[in-house]
Order: sequence, then C-alpha cells, then structure tokens
Amino acid sequence: MPEGTMNQGIGASVRRKEDKKFITGKGRYTDDINRNGQLYAYFIRSDVAHANIKNINVNAAAKCEGVVAVYTGEDIAADGIGGPICGWTPTNRDGSAPKEPPHPLLAVGKVRYVGDHIAVVIAESLEAAQAASEKIVIDLDNLPAVVDPATAIGNTQIHDEMDDNVYFDWELGDETATADALGGADKVIELTVTNNRVIPNAIEPRAAVAEYDEIEDRYTLYTSSQNPHLTRLVMAAFMMQIPESKLHVVAPDVGGGFGSKIYIYPEEAVCTWAAKKLRKPVKWTADRTQAFLGDAHGRDHVNKVKLGLDKNNKIVGLRVDTIANLGAYLSAFSMVTPTYLHGTLLSGCYDIPAIYTNVKGVCTTTVNVDAYRGAGRPEATYLLERTMDYAARQIGMDPAEFRRINFIPKDAFPYQTAVALQYDIGDYEPALDKAMEMIDYANFGSRQAEAAKRGKYRGIGLSSYIEACGIAPSAVVGTLGARVGLYESAVVRVDPTGTISVFTGAHSHGQGHDTTFAQIVADKLGVPIDSIDIVHGDTDRIPFGMGTYGSRSLAVGGTAISKAVDKVIEKGKIIAAHMMEAAETDLEFKDGKFTVAGTDKEKSFGEIALSAYVPHNFPHDRLEPGLEETAFYDPLNFTYPAGTHICEVEIDPATGVVDIVDWAACDDFGNLINPMIVEGQVHGGIAQGVGQALLENAHYNEDGQLLTASYMDYCMPRADNLPSLKIDYTVTACTHNDLGVKGCGEAGAIASPPAVINAIVDALSVVGVTDMSMPATTEKIWRAINDATAKAAE
Amino acid sequence: MYATTYAKAKDVADAVSQLKGADEGKLLAGGQTLIPTLKQRLASSDCLIDLSDAGLSGISDEGGSIRIGAMTRHVEVETSEMVKKAIPALAALASGIGDRQVRNCGTIGGSVANNDPSACYPSALLALGATVHTDRRDIAAGDYFTGMFETALDEDEVITAVSFPKPEAASYVKFPNPASRYAMVGVFVAKTSSGVAVAVTGAGQDGVFRHGGLEAALNSSFSAESIDSVAVDDSVLMSDMHASADYRAHLITQMTKRAVAAC
Amino acid sequence: MALVKMTVNGQAVEYDVPDNTLLVSFIRETLELTGTHVGCDTSQCGACVVHVDGQSVKACTMLAAQAAGSEITTIEGIANGDELHPMQKAFHENHGLQCGYCTPGMVMSAIELVEKNKGLTEQQIREGLEGNICRCTGYHNIVKSVQAAAQEMGG
Ligand SMILES: Cc1cc2nc3c(=O)[nH]c(=O)nc-3n(C[C@H](O)[C@H](O)[C@H](O)COP(=O)(O)OP(=O)(O)OC[C@H]3O[C@@H](n4cnc5c(N)ncnc54)[C@H](O)[C@@H]3O)c2cc1C
Ligand code: FES
Ligand code: FES
Repeated sequence: MPEGTMNQGIGASVRRKEDKKFITGKGRYTDDINRNGQLYAYFIRSDVAHANIKNINVNAAAKCEGVVAVYTGEDIAADGIGGPICGWTPTNRDGSAPKEPPHPLLAVGKVRYVGDHIAVVIAESLEAAQAASEKIVIDLDNLPAVVDPATAIGNTQIHDEMDDNVYFDWELGDETATADALGGADKVIELTVTNNRVIPNAIEPRAAVAEYDEIEDRYTLYTSSQNPHLTRLVMAAFMMQIPESKLHVVAPDVGGGFGSKIYIYPEEAVCTWAAKKLRKPVKWTADRTQAFLGDAHGRDHVNKVKLGLDKNNKIVGLRVDTIANLGAYLSAFSMVTPTYLHGTLLSGCYDIPAIYTNVKGVCTTTVNVDAYRGAGRPEATYLLERTMDYAARQIGMDPAEFRRINFIPKDAFPYQTAVALQYDIGDYEPALDKAMEMIDYANFGSRQAEAAKRGKYRGIGLSSYIEACGIAPSAVVGTLGARVGLYESAVVRVDPTGTISVFTGAHSHGQGHDTTFAQIVADKLGVPIDSIDIVHGDTDRIPFGMGTYGSRSLAVGGTAISKAVDKVIEKGKIIAAHMMEAAETDLEFKDGKFTVAGTDKEKSFGEIALSAYVPHNFPHDRLEPGLEETAFYDPLNFTYPAGTHICEVEIDPATGVVDIVDWAACDDFGNLINPMIVEGQVHGGIAQGVGQALLENAHYNEDGQLLTASYMDYCMPRADNLPSLKIDYTVTACTHNDLGVKGCGEAGAIASPPAVINAIVDALSVVGVTDMSMPATTEKIWRAINDATAKAAE
Repeated sequence: MYATTYAKAKDVADAVSQLKGADEGKLLAGGQTLIPTLKQRLASSDCLIDLSDAGLSGISDEGGSIRIGAMTRHVEVETSEMVKKAIPALAALASGIGDRQVRNCGTIGGSVANNDPSACYPSALLALGATVHTDRRDIAAGDYFTGMFETALDEDEVITAVSFPKPEAASYVKFPNPASRYAMVGVFVAKTSSGVAVAVTGAGQDGVFRHGGLEAALNSSFSAESIDSVAVDDSVLMSDMHASADYRAHLITQMTKRAVAAC
Repeated sequence: MALVKMTVNGQAVEYDVPDNTLLVSFIRETLELTGTHVGCDTSQCGACVVHVDGQSVKACTMLAAQAAGSEITTIEGIANGDELHPMQKAFHENHGLQCGYCTPGMVMSAIELVEKNKGLTEQQIREGLEGNICRCTGYHNIVKSVQAAAQEMGG
C-alpha cells in the first residue's frame, strides 16, 4: 500500500471526516444560514381537527408593525401553485386507481387536522410575524374528528373526492391459495397486532431559507432535506410550475431525518413562492411544537394476522389484513410504505408457501403518516415476529427453534417469496446462533430464576428479521406505480494534481457518507482518503440524485461511485498504456499504480491524472483529455439484510417498570465498508425501536388534538433508558452489486420492537400474560399483570 | 416571547416595589419554569424582576431546622454538606429534580412559588412541616399550598426562604413521568417527634397533599408492611394519558413502601 | 433594550439587545456563533447547552441579560487553538456523533459532568446526560466517548 493509505480502505473503521466541523460547532445547518434583508415566515395552523373555513380575516394582522404580507390558501390558488404530491401509487385490487385528494399548501375551504396550515404571515422579524398571527380572525365551522383508523372507513367524510375515507384498497399474493393453505392447516394462529403511531423527531427541526434572483429569474432554496433533487423536481414541476433549472436546492448539514425530511412540505414551498412575490429572502424554522404537529408521523397500522401451521409446526400459509392510517393528506411515500414496502416483506426470513395480504389505506383527521426509519419493513417485521412468538408459545415450542425450522434454508437461494420479492442470498441460522451465543441464551433459565428470587420477572425475546434495502430497481418499481426512477448517480472528478471530488446524489444527515464513500474511492484508487472530497446536497453541483432513505445510499449510491471509479481506472489504463508504450491488455492497476505485467514499468495514479490534463503524450485518437467520469447505477434487485436481535428484560411487578438488561444483535449487511459507522447505525436504529416499543406514542384524543406535542408528553428515549448494546455480524455478500453491500441504516429500527415486546411477554408469561401492545408503558404492564392474576384466580 | 423589560432587584424591598410598580410584573428566579412559559407565549409580563442579586441565596443551620434561601439553586441543596447531614432526603430530592442544567439554575423559591402539581419540593415542605418565609410573614406549609399552581402568596409577595425542621428520619421516592421526568407520583415520608407525615406529589387533582390513611398506619407501625391494608382513594387523583388514577393510587402505595424502607 | 456585556469564549462582547432576548439567540444571532443549537421549546433537549461561569445551562432557558457579566463558553470555545478538547477528541474517536445536531450540547454537558464528578460509572454517565436528547446514536457511543474523555481528563 502506498504511504498514507493504510487502514483507510474498505473494511476499516476510519474515523469520520465530517466530525471535525460538528464537534467544533462549525456545522452549517439550514437555520444557521441567513440572507441579507431576509423576512421571516410564521404559519398559522388549525387548532381544530376538522372544520369548514367560513372566513379568514387578515386585515388587522396585515396592518401590524413589521408585517410585509399575509397570505391564505386563496392567494396560493390564485397563482396556480400546486400542493405536495404522492410519489408512488399502488393500484386498487379492483384495478382502479387510488384516490389522491388535493393537498393545498394553505388550506382552502376546510382544515383537516390540528396543525393544518391556514395562513402565513411574513414579517421583518419572527416576533412581528408571530405577534401579527394572533390578530388573524379565523371563523370555523367544526366538523367531527376522525381519529381511529379502525372506524375511519365510512365515517364522517374528510375529502370531497373520497366518500368512504379510503385512499386505496390493495392486495398482494394469492388469496385462494392462502385460504386453502389455512383451511388445510393443522392449526391456525390468530392475532391482532397494532403498530403504534410515532413521531420521527430529528433533533434539528425542519427549516427553509428561500431567495429569488431577479436577474437570473432563479430561486435558491436552502432546506433541511434528505433529498434535494426530489425537492427540486416536485417543487418545480408540480408546485411552482417552473423549469427545474430555475430552482437551485441546497440541503446543507441536516440534523437527522429518519424519513421525515424526505417529503416536500407546504412551508418550504410557500417560502419559495413568497420569495419571488416579495423579492426578498424568506426564512422559516420550525419550533418543536410545529415539528410535532406538522412533520409526517410514522407507522399506525392495525393488522389481523392468521398463520397456518402443519403438524410439524412448519408454516403453510399467512394472511394479513391491514388498516393503515395515512392521515389527512397523502405525502410522497405514504401509499407505498404500507403496500409495496410492507406486503412484500411478509415472508420474513421464513419459507411460507402461500401468503395473501390486503391493505386499506385510510384517511383520518390527523397529520399525514409516511415512511419513518424502516418504512413498511418494521411494520411487517413487527406483526410477523410477534405472531411467530405468539405461535411458538401456543404450540409450546422454543421460539428460537420454531424460527429455525421455518427459516428459508441456506441452499434455497435465490428464493422466490410468495409476495413478489426474490431474495438473492442469505443464511439465517448462523446469525440466530451467534446472537444466542452472544446473549448466552442457553443459560437464560438460571438468570430468570435468580431474578425471580429478587422479585423480578425476567424475559428474553427474539426477532429474526429481513428487510429490503436500496429501493430499486427502476424498471420494477415503475410497473408497481412508482413515479420516479430509483437509481443513483455519481461523478468522480480527478483533478490534474490527483485529488478527487466525488459528486453523489445520496445525502448524508448523520450516516457518514463523507467517510464511507471516500473509503470506497481510496480503496479502489489507492490514494489517501484525505485527497478525496465527497460533495452532496446541492442540485447545482450534482447532476441528479434520489437522495437518502430506505438504506439505499451505500448499496445504490456507493455502487454508482464504484462504477464511476471503474471508468476512471479504465480510462487511466488507456492513458498509461499509451505512455508506457504497452498493450492495454497487459496493463494492471493496483495500489495506486498502473503497471505493465511482466515488466517493472509503472506510472502512478497522479502521473496519469496530470497527463489527462496536460495531454502532451496522450492517446488523442481514442480519448478526450480530462479525467472525470459519471455513472448512474440502477440495481437489479433490492438487497436483503437480515439477522437476529435478542433482548433481555427485567420487570419490576410492583411498578411495571421494564429494564432492558441486555441486547445482542447479529446482522448480515453483506460486506462492511466502515464497521464503526455500521455499528453506530445499528445502535441508533435499536434506540428508535426501543423507543417505539416502550416509550413513544403519538396520542390523539377523540377530538383530534395531539396530546403529545412536546417533550413534556412525548417520551423520547434518553441515555438511561438504554443499555450498552452487543453488535456482531455474519456476512453473505450481496450478489448483484459490485461492493457486495446491503445497507444497514434501518435494520436496528426494524428488528428491535418485536424483540422488546417478545421479551416482555416472555417475562410476564409466568403470570399468564400472552400479549402486550406498544408502547409497553409501566401502567400497561402493571395492568396486564393484575388482569392475568385476577383471571388465574377465577 | 412577548416584549418585556428586565431588571435586577437590589434586595427584597426593591423587588416588592418593582412588583407593585408594574402592571404584570413577574419575579424571575432560576427561570426554569418561567422562561419556557414566556418563550412559548403561554404567559406574558411587562417586567421581569430578577432576584439573583437580592441576597436570597444560601443555606444555614438554625439548630432545629435548616433554612434555605429562596434563590438557592437545586444543585446547591443537592451538594450541601449541611443538608446532606441534617436532612439527607432533601438533598436527594434536589438531586432528582430535572437534569443537571435545570438544577444549576432552578431555585427552591421558584419551585415553591410555582407549586406545580408534579414538582418535588412541595412534598418535602408538607411532610417536614416547613415554614415559608416571605417579605411580610411566615406561612406554615400546611396553609401554603392551596391547589394546583395555587399558593397562599399575595400578588406582590416574595418568598425569602424556606425552613425545614430536622426530622428523625425522612425519605423521598419519585416515580418519574417517563417523558417530562417530573414526578408522576412522588412520596415524601418524614418521621418527626410529632409523628409520621406522608406527602404525595404528582398525583393529586388539587396538587400536593398529605395522606391521612398512610400516616395513621405508619404511626401505629412504621414499616412497609403496615400500609398493605391502607386503601388509597383514587377518586381524588389525576388521570391522564400517562397514568390513570388507579395506577397512581397503586404507585403511591409502592413509593410509600420504598420511602419507609429507606428511612 | 438592555446593554449586555459578557465574556464569550474569552472575548469581551457588548451589545444592545431587547430585554427579552434569550441567551441562545444572543449567541446564535447576535454573536453568530451557530454551534449552539435549538431543538425544542420546553427546555428538555439540551441542544443549546453552554457553560455560564463553568456551569452547564440551557441557553434557551436564560435571558442574555441574566448572563450579563458572566463568562460564557460555547462549543466554539473549548478547543485550544487547533488542539481539540479531550471530549471533542473522544467523540470523534468513538463515533459519538452522527448528524451532529445534538453534539455541541452533548459535549458541553459531558464536559461539566466529567469535571465535577470523578470515577463515573456507565450508569452515572447515562443519568448525567439526562438533559440531552440524541435521536441518532442510541447513546452507546456517546457513553463510550464520555468514558474515554473521563480517562483523559483524569476523571
Ligand atoms: C426540563 C425540566 C425538568 C424539570 N424537572 C423537574 C422535576 O423533576 N421536579 C421538579 O420539582 N421541578 C422540575 N422542574 C422545574 C424546576 O425545578 C424549576 O426550577 C422550578 O419549578 C422553578 O424554579 P425557578 O427558580 O426556575 O423559578 P422561575 O421559573 O424563575 O419562576 C417560577 C415562578 O415562581 C415565581 N417566583 C420565583 N421566585 C419567587 C420568589 N422568591 N417569590 C415569589 N415568587 C417567585 C416566578 O415569578 C414564577 O412565576 C423542571 C424544569 C425543567 C425545565
Ligand atoms: S433548545 Fe432544547 S433544551 Fe434548549
Ligand atoms: S447525533 Fe444526531 S441527534 Fe445526536
């Protein structure tokens, strides 16, 4: 290895390049950006869940000191500005299209959730805007709220375009075959599984700064987004109706996303629109309350599950009927999350010959629900892994053993599931075994007995999950209703002096792309990692990109970079062959050097870079000067990370307090580029899953008021809610991308909730508890123990 | 935040006169309750009077009691050797209020003036039979707390200190609200020459209260078991999304047992 | 308006600001030190933690005027020139940050925790970070970072 390139390539836990700015306070998030003469926007939101708007009087507000403009939905409509769109629509089971009621940027005629945008005040200071907003008189005619998804269908109509409050009614799998399988099963396990509603809560609230350049007739929007190109596309084409080239979107440092910053929200669009109207930059930053009321929430499914087993306890069929609450309006991925990202994962890591699922996406007077870390896969995993555990208990089999006998065998890959996906590779038993070893599953009984002596209930819970990452491929998703392609692009630009800039369409908001991507390039080119700059988040600098979500950055974005680097090497070889007067076929590239096989002739990467730009001795007949290559990578398949997480809990029956005492995770993410970063992703995912399982819940009352709209009431996991986590890996390399990688960003959040709940149910099984809903609050646990004890006494 | 003015009070008399002179003057102590409320425009004030230079902080041993100045920060009570020796339960209570940053700023006077139904200090005042000293009088804790966020203080009255008689033994056990980490149920048990007192915070519909039934049981036998037979009436307890009244009632029993065991 | 004079990261500053200016706004907007962040409205997330006379406080829950006359240290002021503070180094070495938004407050809070408490156990570190919420890391590596820094800082 050339000097300075040791321990920096693929597989090394390179310390992150991006850290320095963050630990010294030099990060540049959207709210850190200020433009000369900027104005401040403050949005007036509905404080009722559902109402007809009779009148909005903005006169007094408009006259307030410092106020520049007050706009309502009518002003937006008058300019022909459109609202957010849904990026991926499934087809109903009767073949019809789903309903897509409009989502005006500012309400027109009606408000449909607490937090719905009614008007915006734009003023010289935020204080002035806020003060003026209190002078707006809004006359509403209240309508009944619709909160509970289970009773939403046919309830009070929310949109004119939709008489039954059902956005879509979708199915996947073979209904008849599944009915037959369940009919012929030795036993059928039935369970209702509810996936609670949670709120993403990236710690950086969303923000936007928009400006308009009159001379160039061009907008610039700085926004806290996971996918600036998607923002540009949707905003230019569907909202503002301007040429895409007239909108420059920058997503600078972004303080976490978890899905909630994928979507294009009304605020950034209104700021952009107003920046031109007012010819001044317009800034908006959410406070936490607005984030609770306005950012897309996650999950919120109710599932009825039927699992059929034969006499050997092998699964013969699975039927899942789901109601998914999508809230008052659709957003970018709200329809695909409970359908194609959910139904297709229902086979889990099990060999299930017949599966059928029906999903109804319903409208309620709550904020929109969309993809949240894991998007559909946590929902699928939760219902499946809860059912697996429940079934194991019903049949009196060890949950690990029950999983094991139903795993897709190692030699069955590629494995075609009954729900459309084809898993390319996997091996599930080693991960299960390793996780069991890590947590000392074999000796759990003695730990449980010891805890019992202290008056504590101890339980252990497994979750063997699979997920589909790297949302792709375009050709497939296109036939399934996606309105975008799901490739990724990369440009690798080598400078004359051999330093490298990589322009990627993926976006980092904590994932460490600056480091991981640089490692790929450093590894392949044998150059020091410090000579590589990763550029992302700016639509003017990067050709195109689909952004970061669905654990796709490495598998798709990383592969695009790898492919662009390959093109650089190929071009380099032609140049080197010319310079060294050798046959191209004899050229080798290794450790940063082009060599001619069987000779001691060599040219360094830097020499080739220089000659590409100073092409004195250059194969002009074959190549253009310069050394910059672009690759678009559109994968052939999803990638399929899988693994087993095991959680061990101790419960204090006197209070219902659950203490997570141990956690072992063994994941198969394929090849690891930077194990340190991977581990961090797993930790974060587990914490979010534990949060959902124990602490977090978006609580609406029956009037549609969100009662958990601040950290006083919405319980975020803190350091003392979590234990140290044991993480290990197995590796089956992905078969269809160059790097053999699968993606790791969401696995923790996907695997963890059922592990926690299964552990709790295990602990409480001593008193006869068989089920527990999320979040498993101390009160629920106390009550479950009471109820079970009372029942046993009867 | 609505516009306001800010001034430091030189002493208590100055604070009172500034309060009297303002339409909607508010005393500013540690700000840990007042500032979040102002910031969210849930309250307004035309004049904030900062008590930090009014000479109200400090802890002294008065023989039979410990006197804590109104502006004494929670962190000072938590780490005070004097408090740890005389009323360790009080130092422990202070160490469990909010987080370190809150304890570095928040004051006992602010907490007692605010009388949040989930705050910790009120239970200590009630159980220990403390006295609230103000610029004009001394108020017995039993007369001081008059309901949720309600106290016996006059509009322009300033708390100057709180005196806590030294108990024979005392303990505070808090079951935190998982989100806010204020008390969802907090029980302060104190054993004094005049008997056992049990004060409950976080649970009562009217704020902090003493529980006669638990006290009677503990007076007859000071042991965790002795309260097994005591019924805690949940009809006077709060019921919300975090805890129903019957669960709170159960927690009161459990926290009392723990507090007794720790005494 | 209040004339606010204080020392920030070793430099004397003096500005006339409205009386209701929060310390965090003074730091972020007036002084343009944007390393101190805002993540909530209820004084709970800790993204805004700075040191006022050596004590960690939530800058969103203090008026600038209250801090007048104090020595303030923000995340921008803890490194010694190019030499990072041991806590900064430890966060980098142990991957104690992802998106970086909670990090300044987390680091400032952790520094005080370690400075004021010797021999911290893992549990004490977890409890000592009660006032700081991180959504990215699951805290595992933050705890590791604080442990490593404590070693370095003689804790
Ligand atoms: C995140 C967080 C967590 C918290 N957790 C807890 C907890 O677990 N337990 C708990 O008990 N508390 C908790 N608190 C509240 C904290 O203890 C506050 O410090 C306290 O309630 C108010 O004290 P303060 O000094 O900050 O008063 P301020 O906020 O300054 O004032 C509060 C009120 O009291 C008035 N006041 C202040 N001083 C006087 C005086 N001397 N005389 C008359 N009136 C006065 C003020 O005018 C104001 O109305 C928490 C706060 C926060 C922000
Ligand atoms: S911004 Fe959240 S505590 Fe200060
Ligand atoms: S690193 Fe993102 S919130 Fe902590």
